[in-house]
Amino acid sequence: MKKNTHPLISFTPETHQHAVDGGLAAIQGMVRACMQCGTCTASCPNAFAMDLAPRQMWRLLLFGLQQEVLESRTFWLCSSCYSCTLRCPRGLPLTAAMAALKRLAGAEGDHANRKKALFYQEFMRNVEQNGRVQEMGFMCHYFLAMRDPLLPLEYTPLGLKLLGKGKLHLGGSAQRGRLGPLFAKVRSMEGAS
Amino acid sequence: MRYAYYPGCSLEASAEEYDISTRRVLNRLGVELSEIADWTCCGASAVEPVSRLLTLALPARNLALAERDAAGLDMLVPCSACYLNHLRVSRECAADRTLPGRINEALGAEGLSYAGKIRVRHLLDVLAKDIGPEAVAAQVSHRLEGLVVAPYYGCQALRPFALFDDPEHPRSMDALISALGATVLGWDMGGRCCGASLMATRRDVALVSVAAILEAAAGADVIVTVCPMCQMNLEAYQSQAHHANTISVLYLPQLLGLAFGLSDGQTLLDKNLAVTDALKSKLRACEAARI
Repeated sequence: MKKNTHPLISFTPETHQHAVDGGLAAIQGMVRACMQCGTCTASCPNAFAMDLAPRQMWRLLLFGLQQEVLESRTFWLCSSCYSCTLRCPRGLPLTAAMAALKRLAGAEGDHANRKKALFYQEFMRNVEQNGRVQEMGFMCHYFLAMRDPLLPLEYTPLGLKLLGKGKLHLGGSAQRGRLGPLFAKVRSMEGAS
Repeated sequence: MRYAYYPGCSLEASAEEYDISTRRVLNRLGVELSEIADWTCCGASAVEPVSRLLTLALPARNLALAERDAAGLDMLVPCSACYLNHLRVSRECAADRTLPGRINEALGAEGLSYAGKIRVRHLLDVLAKDIGPEAVAAQVSHRLEGLVVAPYYGCQALRPFALFDDPEHPRSMDALISALGATVLGWDMGGRCCGASLMATRRDVALVSVAAILEAAAGADVIVTVCPMCQMNLEAYQSQAHHANTISVLYLPQLLGLAFGLSDGQTLLDKNLAVTDALKSKLRACEAARI
């Protein structure tokens, strides 16, 4: 008998305990009422660059196909324009679901997914340390975290423009450390939930 | 008129011309701003992909400070990402009754609490609705006759919460621009996404949006924006978007300031990355023609 290598598609996927606010099950809950009309796909300014159209991705998600969804680049291409959220005839929080997938992929995804999450994580690390984000410090740490020597070159034209305008400077330090207690508290609350 | 003011991180750095021109123009319009002391970052568009609770707790911290120190005032926010982050705290608390408790548990780490009383207002909302085009027109000394302006709204001032404009066909800037004597470019790209932080993570994709917006604005002398990220994406990457002719991009309050007779220096015009000589000479012509 030929072994079936694909998992059976389940319409009532198991709910797993995940570290990230309910994980897949919570995101499925956000799009449960999707009726596959495709308004989200038609409204998305970045759909042309996606491998799965948003409509298709919601379907795979509801099938419980976490790996297929996390292997897709679709949710990383969401620029939070909220066009789909505004227009969804079911009133689903689709932009929030895209962000939740970024959280899930950053926490539970493979190496490639974790690398894509670094931009957001480095930004928040800078906020945690400085209270107000320090644009230049953030970009420097982002370059280091990405370990890509060519990446800073992409920013050279912009960096020179900003330098010429006197806009590249170290920010103030009055709020440094201010957000430490709040970040720590949120970490403990999210770890416990 | 008085507002609690939340400038946000960009307005202290790469968007300082937005901060300064906002303060000067509102001052001329008789608006008093009381900056929230000790405000911190709202998390911008980076926090939601990192932590759900922090997405609400970071802006709630600023709202709690404003409620404590500027009770009764609306909070005015010029940056669209900061605006949406602060606005959605009350919206999400209304939808999920467990959230206020969780947010306040987090804020308790600093002895703060958020009551949900403060209203969050975008700068454009305040200019269009509270101040209005008549009061703006009354301050105009240099009518911008003949100047064609493309109003660019971006996303997060309009969506997902349509509080002061039509999110599909935004018009709130039209009357303000007309009040300056300028002409509004008729176009349908005002609410099209600029790519936002994809400019950092997937520049090739963001440039497609920027190119489409710049191309549609070709008939305008200047694009005006109400968000530092939109401004940066539209002004800094024009050559990379293969846009042949540079098009000027200003913040809306800079344009207001110029019509009010503020100098290039007072509106920090030299800080913008895309201001053409053609725009400057048109502005000089408006100055020379002033009554």
